[in-house]
Amino acid sequence: MNHEVTSTQQTEAAHESGQQHPIGLYLKVWGYLFVLSAMSYAVDYFEVQGIMRWILIVTFMLMKAGLIVSIFMHMAWERLSLAYAILVPPLVLLVLVRIMVYESDYIFWTRAIFMDGGG
Amino acid sequence: MSQAVARSGQDDDIAAGLREVVDDWSADQEVFRHTHWGKAMMWIFLLSDTFIFSCFLTAYMTMRTSATLPWPNAAEVFALTIGGQSIPLILIAIMTFVLISSSGTMAMAVNFGYRRDRKKTAALMVATALFGAMFVGMQAFEWTKLIEEGVRPWGNPMGAPQFGASFFMITGFHGFHVTCGVIMLLIIARKVFRGDYDRSGDYSAVEIGGLYWHFVDLVWVFIFAFFYLW
Repeated sequence: MNHEVTSTQQTEAAHESGQQHPIGLYLKVWGYLFVLSAMSYAVDYFEVQGIMRWILIVTFMLMKAGLIVSIFMHMAWERLSLAYAILVPPLVLLVLVRIMVYESDYIFWTRAIFMDGGG
Repeated sequence: MSQAVARSGQDDDIAAGLREVVDDWSADQEVFRHTHWGKAMMWIFLLSDTFIFSCFLTAYMTMRTSATLPWPNAAEVFALTIGGQSIPLILIAIMTFVLISSSGTMAMAVNFGYRRDRKKTAALMVATALFGAMFVGMQAFEWTKLIEEGVRPWGNPMGAPQFGASFFMITGFHGFHVTCGVIMLLIIARKVFRGDYDRSGDYSAVEIGGLYWHFVDLVWVFIFAFFYLW
């Protein structure tokens, strides 16, 4: 993926006030996004279950997010200081997710044991 | 300049890239001086928006895993009957494709903006806004359908009462973003068409608006995966 979009003539053009990429690049990414969306819909349509479902959904999701951020939002051609300033902070959200996983487990068992499964 | 070094595929790519980052942050002046200020500010706004949507999605995860009643099956809740046949999640799939298409036209609008092609940029932005309006319309249809079926923020006939709260909060906030985006796109498209940016010589507004629009699409990618498919 990265090889196609970072070929030299494109990076050179990126130094002007704007950036010049062939329209074909956007059509290609558009096509990829369509295919990836269709595939994640297929996961649901064919009722893939269990761990395989989660792996497929998350993989397609991350691939789509990567394409949108790097190509459509031009992050692939931004200065690294901007890219790091924007992309690194969201990683702390993983800490929040982890904390809330423990918390929800605790709430679930509290409800199941002390509230007759309700509450 | 140093960007070319970082991207040129030489061996010391990473070292050069990191040196550039250190230089930028330690130069005792603006870090983002090579970037249009509006663009840097839009990125920082989007970063804060990322945290808002992440809070919603994390809250949804917490509610769903702590619910003692079974969670409603999204594939069935969002199924539509077309030609006598019930197709799971079809409306959501169409909405996803519409939003991706709007991102595609927006990316091309930004590209034509760089080329100072006034008419094509404005036309593509209007097309993007139309796709966005179509998306909001379908979302309104979906809300109506669910409300008619008795889904409320405090309960629903299908299972865990937390379902309604997460659904209305997450899709509502996203729909609000799309609506604001449509209005913003139309305003910028009008300015492009009038030639405002040709006179000022600065087409950055198109790119900055584009960043916001792609972000709305990006958020939908996560909502689609976590809320509808999970």
